[in-house]
Amino acid sequence: MIDLLRAVGRLFIVFLSHVGRLSVFAATALSHAVRPPFYPRLILRATIEIGYYSLPVVGLTAIFSGMVLALQSYTGFARFSAEGAVATVVVLSMTRELGPVLAGLMVAGRIGASMAAEIGTMRVTEQIDALQTLSTDPFKYLIAPRLLAGLLMLPLLVLVADVIGVFGGYLVAVYKLGFNPATYISRTWEYLEALDVISGLTKAAVFGFLISLMGCYHGYHSKGGAQGVGAATTNSVVSAAILILIFNYVITALYFGK
Amino acid sequence: MSHMPANRPPKIQLTDVHKAFGPKVVLDGIDLTVGRGESVVVIGGSGTGKSVMLKCVLGLLTPERGSILVDGKEVVGMRSRERTQVMQKFGMLFQGGALFDSLKVWENVAFGLIQGRKMPREQAHEIAVDKLSQVGLAPSAGDLWPSELSGGMQKRVSLARAIATNPEIIFFDEPTTGLDPIMADVINDLIVKCVKELGATALSITHDMASARKIADRIAMLYKGKLIWIGPADEIDRSGNPFVDQFIHGRAEGPIKMELRA
Ligand SMILES: Nc1ncnc2c1ncn2[C@@H]1O[C@H](COP(=O)(O)OP(=O)(O)OP(=O)(O)O)[C@@H](O)[C@H]1O
Ligand SMILES: [Mg+2]
Repeated sequence: MIDLLRAVGRLFIVFLSHVGRLSVFAATALSHAVRPPFYPRLILRATIEIGYYSLPVVGLTAIFSGMVLALQSYTGFARFSAEGAVATVVVLSMTRELGPVLAGLMVAGRIGASMAAEIGTMRVTEQIDALQTLSTDPFKYLIAPRLLAGLLMLPLLVLVADVIGVFGGYLVAVYKLGFNPATYISRTWEYLEALDVISGLTKAAVFGFLISLMGCYHGYHSKGGAQGVGAATTNSVVSAAILILIFNYVITALYFGK
Repeated sequence: MSHMPANRPPKIQLTDVHKAFGPKVVLDGIDLTVGRGESVVVIGGSGTGKSVMLKCVLGLLTPERGSILVDGKEVVGMRSRERTQVMQKFGMLFQGGALFDSLKVWENVAFGLIQGRKMPREQAHEIAVDKLSQVGLAPSAGDLWPSELSGGMQKRVSLARAIATNPEIIFFDEPTTGLDPIMADVINDLIVKCVKELGATALSITHDMASARKIADRIAMLYKGKLIWIGPADEIDRSGNPFVDQFIHGRAEGPIKMELRA
C-alpha cells in the first residue's frame, strides 16, 4: 500500500517537473518571439511549410468528414423524421469540433514530427551549439518562427477545412440524398452563429501553438543519436495529439460550458 | 584602443573548473590561463574531457564549480542576452563540423556575418568565398550543400566558418583530424596566421603532435580531469613527466593505462 502510494507520488512529481520544464520552455520561447531580432525569412519558411503544404492532407480529411457526417446524420435522423437537420448538424460539427480537431491531429502528425526530427538532428549533431557560438539564439532562430507559424497558420487551415467540410456535406446531401441545393444552403446558414466559427478558430490557434511547441520541445531536448531523434519524433506526435484532445475539451467547456 | 588599463587581464582564465555528468567526473579542477594573442594547445587521451572543457568556456555546458573569466568577466551563469554579446568574440571549430545542413556551404561560412553582424548578403558572400579559398576550397564549393562534401572538406568549411568573422578568440577542436598530411599542414599554417597576423587568441585541441608543435606557444596535457603538465611547446620533449612522454611518443606501455573495459 505504502509502496503504491510512493510510486504514484513519484510519477506525480515526474509529471509536475515535466509540466514545469515545458512551461519555462514555452515562456522563454514566447518572450523571444516578441523581442527583436526577428527572422522574417524563417517565419515565412515555417508558414509555408505548415500552412501551404498541409493543405492537401487537411482538405482531404475535411471533405470526407463532411461527406460522412451528412450520410450518418441523414440515416440517423431519418428514424425520427428529422432529415431537415442534416445541414445544421454538418456545419456545426465541422466548425466547432471536427474541423479543428481533425486538422490539428493531421498537422500534428505531419508538422510536429518533422519539427522534432529537424531540431533533434540539429541538437545531436551540435548544430544548435554552433548556432550559439555564432551569436544566434536558438530560441529566436529555430523555435520562435515555428511557434508563430503554428499559431497563425492553423486557424487559416481550419477555416479552409470548415468550408471544404461543409461543401463535402453539401455534395452528399444534394447528389446522393436528393436535397434541394438552395434549401440545403439556406439551412446551413440558418442556425450558424459567429461563436461556432470563432470557438473553432480559437481551438485551431491553441492547437497550432501546441503542435509547434511539442515538436520544438522534444526536438530541442533530444539526446543520443538517431535513436534519440526517433524517440523525440514519436513523443512530439503523441503528446501533441493528447494535448489537442485535452484542450479541445477545456476550450469547449469555456465557450459553451454554461 | 584609446584607453588601455595598466594590468590587462588574460584573455581566458579558468580557475578550479569542475564538470561531471552524473557520477562520471570529467573535469576535476582545471586551472588554465590563456594570454592575449597566445596559442595554447590541449592534448590528452580520447574521452578525457578536452571538448567538454571548451564547451564550458563557450557556455554550452555549465560547470558545477569554478570560475571562467573572458577578458576579466565571469561567464559562468551569464544570462543568455549577455552571452550572445560575448559570443561575438569567439569562433569555434566543432570536432564533428556541426555545419548547418539546411544552408549552402557559403551560407554556413557567412552565417556569423549575416546573422551575428547583420552584414548584407552580397558582402558576406565575398568574404565567405575568400575564407573558403584560404582553406583550399574553390568558390564553386560554396554553392554545394554540406552533405555533398567529403568529411575533410566539411572540416575545412567548418574551419572557414570559425574564422569568418575574424574573432578575437578561436577554439579549434581537432582541426587537422581527417585531413591528408599536406592539407593538415596548410591548416596549421592558417591557424598560425590567424594568431600571428590577426592577433587572435587560440585554444586548440589535437592528437596530432606535429600540428601541436607547429601551432602552440604552450601545450597543456589533460589527464584524469586535471591539467597535469603545462609548459612552452619547445619544452615538451624535456617535460620530465612520464605521462607526457608516453603520450607524445604514443607508447602503449607506461603510466597511462588505457581503460579498455571502463
Ligand atoms: N553531453 C554529455 N553527456 C554525458 N556525458 C558526456 C557528454 N559530453 C561528454 N561526455 C563524457 O565526457 C567525457 C569527455 O568527453 P569529451 O568529448 O570532452 O572527450 P575528448 O577529450 O574531447 O575526447 P576526444 O579526443 O575523443 O574527442 C566522455 O567520457 C564522455 O562520455
Ligand atoms: Mg573531443
